[in-house]
Amino acid sequence: MTKTTGKTGVSRRTLLKSTAGLAGLAAGSGAITGFPYVMSAEPKVLRYLGTAVNEGDDISKQCLKDTGIKIEYITATTDDVTKRVMTQPNSFDVLDTEYFSLKKLVPSGNILALDAKKIKEFGNITPVFTKGETPGGKKIGNQGTAPWKVLYLEGKDSKTFSKTATEFVTLIPTVYNADTLGIRPDIIKRPISSWAELLNPEFKGKASILNIPSIGIMDAAMVVEATGKYKYADKGNMTKEEIDLTMKVMTEAKKAGQFRAFWKDFNESVNLMASGETVIQSMWSPAVTKVRSMGIACTFQPLKEGYRSWASGFCVSKGVSGAKLEWAYEFVNWFLSGYAGAYLNRQGYYSAVLSTAKAHMEPYEWAYWMEGKPAEKDIKAPDGSLLEKAGAVRDGGSYEDRMGGVACWNAVMDENDYMVRKWNEFIAA
Amino acid sequence: MDTSEDILQQASPDLVRGSGMARRTKPARLSPSFVSWLQAGPMMLVFLAFFLIPLVFVVIVSFWDYNEYQLLPAFSGRGYTDTFEGCIAQLPDLCTIGRTYVMTLKLCFLVWAITLFIGFWVAYFLAFHVKSKTWQMGLSLLCTIPFWTSNVIRMIAWIPLLGRNGLVNSGLVKTGLINQPLEWLLFSEFSVVLALVHLFTFFMVVPIFNSMVRIDKALIEAAYDAGATGFQTLVNVVIPLAKPGIVIGSIFVITIVMGDFITIGVMGGQQIAAAGKIIETRVNALQFPAAAANAVILLAITFLIITMMSRIVDIRKEL
Repeated sequence: MTKTTGKTGVSRRTLLKSTAGLAGLAAGSGAITGFPYVMSAEPKVLRYLGTAVNEGDDISKQCLKDTGIKIEYITATTDDVTKRVMTQPNSFDVLDTEYFSLKKLVPSGNILALDAKKIKEFGNITPVFTKGETPGGKKIGNQGTAPWKVLYLEGKDSKTFSKTATEFVTLIPTVYNADTLGIRPDIIKRPISSWAELLNPEFKGKASILNIPSIGIMDAAMVVEATGKYKYADKGNMTKEEIDLTMKVMTEAKKAGQFRAFWKDFNESVNLMASGETVIQSMWSPAVTKVRSMGIACTFQPLKEGYRSWASGFCVSKGVSGAKLEWAYEFVNWFLSGYAGAYLNRQGYYSAVLSTAKAHMEPYEWAYWMEGKPAEKDIKAPDGSLLEKAGAVRDGGSYEDRMGGVACWNAVMDENDYMVRKWNEFIAA
Repeated sequence: MDTSEDILQQASPDLVRGSGMARRTKPARLSPSFVSWLQAGPMMLVFLAFFLIPLVFVVIVSFWDYNEYQLLPAFSGRGYTDTFEGCIAQLPDLCTIGRTYVMTLKLCFLVWAITLFIGFWVAYFLAFHVKSKTWQMGLSLLCTIPFWTSNVIRMIAWIPLLGRNGLVNSGLVKTGLINQPLEWLLFSEFSVVLALVHLFTFFMVVPIFNSMVRIDKALIEAAYDAGATGFQTLVNVVIPLAKPGIVIGSIFVITIVMGDFITIGVMGGQQIAAAGKIIETRVNALQFPAAAANAVILLAITFLIITMMSRIVDIRKEL
């Protein structure tokens, strides 16, 4: 009896030892990737509210692997994200939203500014956000809600945007792009170089714009300026007279049957273009890429009047504090550390911290996406599908050329209420 | 039950009282009106919690003020005055809200008329031409099959069919009937009406069919015997007796179409005005009081239409 017990004890201890050893080995080698997650007292979960732009499955998987933070995506349209922040501020932790909505979000007091000192790469964020110029020193157009106008708050709980840099940052920048018109060169068969072409009767019944009033009207303003009819002081903040004038141009075009349809989401814009319903329309870069990957010619056409740009970033809900706030910082720091940035760059967007993203991309990828050079090898999407064959050049060229060519930013106007009423009138006309 | 107890009571009161005591352990009998309330109670509570109370809030909020980012709980008629902006100044031209309702009512009328026509004849066929009950059941179940997929899918499925390079256009061009693709097939009033009719005809079929199967076949035989033609029978016997079904189906279709903004939006290429779309645009711009005011106006107009229809037929009496 005693003998047996002793034996069992020994063998059990040996077993425990070896198991622990194995576990240690596995942890050390990084084979158990979920280790910090498993070990922490409470699981690190962040509810992430945003549009689908940044919400890749690969990003959340990599984040869990690197930091042990589990991201739960809550996906909504731009309008619905704003609505949710206003009406249910406790239904999310991290918010991913666009700078132009800050004019609504900050006065509501439902979001919490982040501390720049706790963001490791804050000093390396592209000067596009902090100074309004490209790394090469080109000045960027500041019409509309340009990010540098709303980047800082005067104090921790302040509702006033600061004109100078402070440590309280409204949104930590993540992703942005310069938008322009997408065209079907195979059907148009001639060069397109101006926004005025959007309302050219040649494309009657084959044009489209975005069905978001505040953005649609800016596209229309680009057209009005391009035709030389009027020059706006700020396309992103029109006076009532300017709104009337712009809507009149739009209404005439609509009555003449210029527009095929207005699109609201990514897939709608892809379908309109791919099916040939439209040949010229405002579009997003990855949507153009998607059409092209279907084997259909589509160009994200640079225009001489410049781009309409947008940018988004992270903040947190005012309800977030304590350990959760620390995880949020950890997550934002991870997001800027390169993997996610490279992922976004490969889709045709731009990442906020260029240096870390560059380190996560192959040199030939960087040359194609960011430097405007012909692709040395085939260019692949993050999911591995072929986007461009070797030799292709990105529409609009390099980062410097594209971001340097930005004329205005997505915006919410002071006369937003009047504009929305005019938009309804335009639809009813 | 009551009758038999009455008879028994007359015959032998003691016996009945005794047996009553024996049967019911609790002598206190629930009053019939209480039982009725109890039966209607759950539905009433649901109705109160999810319809009446929210509706009261909508009406209250419609009289509030607002700014870019919040509701201001102070009395303001701004939601209404903004909505009717220019309605007098622009006369004889229609203002935004006027034009929007003209378009909404036009779409509503077209959809109602077409669904009624199709729905009536489908129901007529099922009720009078299909003799066996099994086949009637089978065929009406067949009508429900499209409802196994979502509304959105049934609507979006039209887009590749009707598009410029869609199936219909390429078919017509190939057969030589047309030279140019027809532009008005998609993103037009036509496509909106088509999709709405496709989506909602079934809501007409069911109530009309339900009314028709309850028509006593002897009445039709009597009309035939009296020398009425098929048309006379239809007009004088079938339609009057199917009226409750027609009105109920019409209420379904009209209320849905009046408030629709998704189908009109997608099939109309977001370029066709609708009462529901105004509300959507306002809500998206976080202008809740203005949206609520528009919702109240829409509700009032729809209610008016329904009241007029129930004037024609007293549904409660007919059921």
